Amino acid sequence: MSTVGDRGAAAPDTAPGAAPEAPSGAAPSRRRLLLLAPFAAAVAAGAGFYAMLRGLGSGSYDPKGVPSALIGQPAPDFTLPPLEGTDRPGLAATDLRGQGRPVLVNFFASWCVPCLIEHPQLTRLAREGVPIFGVAYKDKPADSLAFLQRHGTPYARLGVDQPGRVAIDWGLYGVPETYLIDRQGIIRWRWAGPLTEDTLSQELQPLLRRYA
Amino acid sequence: MIPELGHFALALALALSLAQVGLGLWGAQRAEARLMAATGPLAAGILIAVGAAFACLVWAYVANDTTVANVVQNSHSAKPLLYKISGTWGNHEGSMVLWVLILALCGGAVAGFGGNLPSALQARVLAVLALIAAGFLGFILATSNPFDRVWPPAPDGQGLNPVLQDPGLAFHPPLLYLGYVGFAVTYAFAVAALIEGRVDAAWGRWVRPWALAAWSFLTLGIALGSWWAYYELGWGGYWFWDPVENASLLPWLAGCALLHSAVVVEKREALKTWTVFLALLAFGMSLLGTFLVRSGVLTSVHAFANDPARGIFILGLLAAFIGGGFLLFAWRAAALTPTGIFAPLSREGALVLNNLLLCSIAAVVLAGTLYPMFADLILKEKISVGPPFFDTATLPLAVPLIGAMGLGPVMPWKRARFWPVLQRLWWAALAGLAGFLACLALEGQRLGPALGACAGLWLIAAALADLADRTALFSRPRAAWSRARGLPRAAWGGALAHAGLGVTILGLAGMGLATDRLALLKPGESVVLAGLDYRLTGITTVQGPNWTARRARVEVRDGDRLVAVLEPDKRSFPVGRMTTSEAAIHTTGLADLYAVLGEEREGGAVLRLHHNPLAPWIWIGGAIMALGGGLSLSDRRMRVSAPAARAAGAGARA
Repeated sequence: MSTVGDRGAAAPDTAPGAAPEAPSGAAPSRRRLLLLAPFAAAVAAGAGFYAMLRGLGSGSYDPKGVPSALIGQPAPDFTLPPLEGTDRPGLAATDLRGQGRPVLVNFFASWCVPCLIEHPQLTRLAREGVPIFGVAYKDKPADSLAFLQRHGTPYARLGVDQPGRVAIDWGLYGVPETYLIDRQGIIRWRWAGPLTEDTLSQELQPLLRRYA
Repeated sequence: MIPELGHFALALALALSLAQVGLGLWGAQRAEARLMAATGPLAAGILIAVGAAFACLVWAYVANDTTVANVVQNSHSAKPLLYKISGTWGNHEGSMVLWVLILALCGGAVAGFGGNLPSALQARVLAVLALIAAGFLGFILATSNPFDRVWPPAPDGQGLNPVLQDPGLAFHPPLLYLGYVGFAVTYAFAVAALIEGRVDAAWGRWVRPWALAAWSFLTLGIALGSWWAYYELGWGGYWFWDPVENASLLPWLAGCALLHSAVVVEKREALKTWTVFLALLAFGMSLLGTFLVRSGVLTSVHAFANDPARGIFILGLLAAFIGGGFLLFAWRAAALTPTGIFAPLSREGALVLNNLLLCSIAAVVLAGTLYPMFADLILKEKISVGPPFFDTATLPLAVPLIGAMGLGPVMPWKRARFWPVLQRLWWAALAGLAGFLACLALEGQRLGPALGACAGLWLIAAALADLADRTALFSRPRAAWSRARGLPRAAWGGALAHAGLGVTILGLAGMGLATDRLALLKPGESVVLAGLDYRLTGITTVQGPNWTARRARVEVRDGDRLVAVLEPDKRSFPVGRMTTSEAAIHTTGLADLYAVLGEEREGGAVLRLHHNPLAPWIWIGGAIMALGGGLSLSDRRMRVSAPAARAAGAGARA
């Protein structure tokens, strides 16, 4: 068959297997394999999803409460410059100690939608007197500034980590992410994802009381 | 009482769906005309039952029935009526009921308008649709009943989040669901074709309108979501490559490929296996999105409350529908014989290239979305894949895709020659090149926006060139009008959709050139941005229904001419102690002037001003694409006689 004719001319009753792309003996089995490939991919993905769901139940897979190798360790050493245009000072590891109470370190970015969702909770915590230190992660300073101008600044100190170097030392999963650091500067808790009302009341508030 | 009626209606719909599955499949297998004739009324019955259940749920929301747990969690008596109604589908349980309602509507449409389908094909399609409906109804009844009662009743609801009370968010989910569920119909057609072992032009004629409708609604839904992000989040962002956004983009890409390869099946009876695969894939991607959003395996703002039991159930549905579909495909697809032959350089060839590129983009997006989850599972590594990956990985695929989009429509079927194509399109290519150079000359060394300007102009000009060619506008201008009127609407629709993408790309390029400025202004002071003078004339306190706001008044002047008055708000809601900012946006059509009110200090206010060139074109382009899809759908060839005649022919052949 070459590039012939119309629908009518191109014999519609061709037997299965005699399709033009499968003319020889070896080709049909390869075609079979190709046709099986989507199913195989779906099965592999399905097995993975099943393992994730099982992990969600048992706690071994958790996209939110990511266990950190740093829990129980002192916060890594770092110094970050302040954000131009705000009156908040920059942030360094030494600022985490000596506050006389536990502090929160919150990684955020203007391009991160969940950061907007958790913003009212951060504002409320700040109003209640919890020192919150912000790190603007991989964000243009002008955009971070716009975000804070628009929604308010809950941060007592604010460091700019545009290259994301400090985030690597902290083992950041993504933004938003929040760490609780006790009075001695030891990391006690980590939360990847937005802080919701539930997270606040069920997880964070008890910890704040415990380490107060 | 009414919530119990709704619950009962859901159970009734489940029973009817199961009956439909058995009758449809068995009747078609045994060629029992009487059994197959029962599938139409059963589809109507399912539609009525699910419609009644949905109406009961809406009633519970409108009446603010606080004995219903779902209402208590998601509504409040002080909400405006529109948001009470939209609150019905703003939560997991309600949105599932809406999902099934749309599915039942599609089943009703196949039953009602499918009179000219071969009856066995129709019965099988309805049976597969009913199987999907039964799966999701079972899911709702077993794990997500929206009609659960609480006792004693709560004094009032808890859902009064002002950020979510927005018309954009109210209509975003139903549009998306119309898209997702539309692909359930093409899926059902694909499964029916695999069972029968036959795909012909009549099948293509039936699949294409459904793919087109689903794609158009999905386009609108995605555009609306992106527009919401733009005006609500307030720093000019419109697309974040969030996993849930990707979950809506994946079926869009697969559906886009399906739409085009269904044309080849219909016109040329080629690419059958591939088209069936895409039909399975488009719905598979829709289901995958449902799973990702609702099972809790990923973190996202859009994600609903997570419950592993629900996740397991949805995964089971996924296994049944995607796994079952692909297993059937592996078993039966070899029986689908292509008959139309074509040369690589032809309309078909261009469509194959389009398919390959669209699927490659989909593969990139899928990999970027799933990789962090699987890395976490297997390598125990936490990583995030962000916009830089998606931007750099999709751009090299988008460039040839856009090139081929211009070339494809002017190529003839079967075999094309390069020279005539070039003759038709040289001026479109020139327009693109001019856009590229002009953008570089005016805006400096900014490659991204220049490429965007080139691509956008190329697409629009190529669509115009295609129309000019079809109407013989230049060769025989006198007859052009009558030829234009005689041109099938599908041709207009296709050209319009391609041009719409061009408009969107121009908008994206314009946003690449956006500028902004932050200024602390006292009343009477002004600042200049992009050649316009912004003057703060005053700040007042405004009282709203359930909020008080500080509202700035900013006059924008071009020389002496008043261009616009912008009034950005900062609202505080005493209930819930929340503050929201309402950006003021004035669009001139060529640019958005966008102002946000920040803190007030030192007797003045911090204002954030954006100048976003061509920003509205992003969403206007989306609307044009959807309009093109709608115009194509209204083509009379899609609706009448021809499929019936072709179907009769196909029946005789088999």
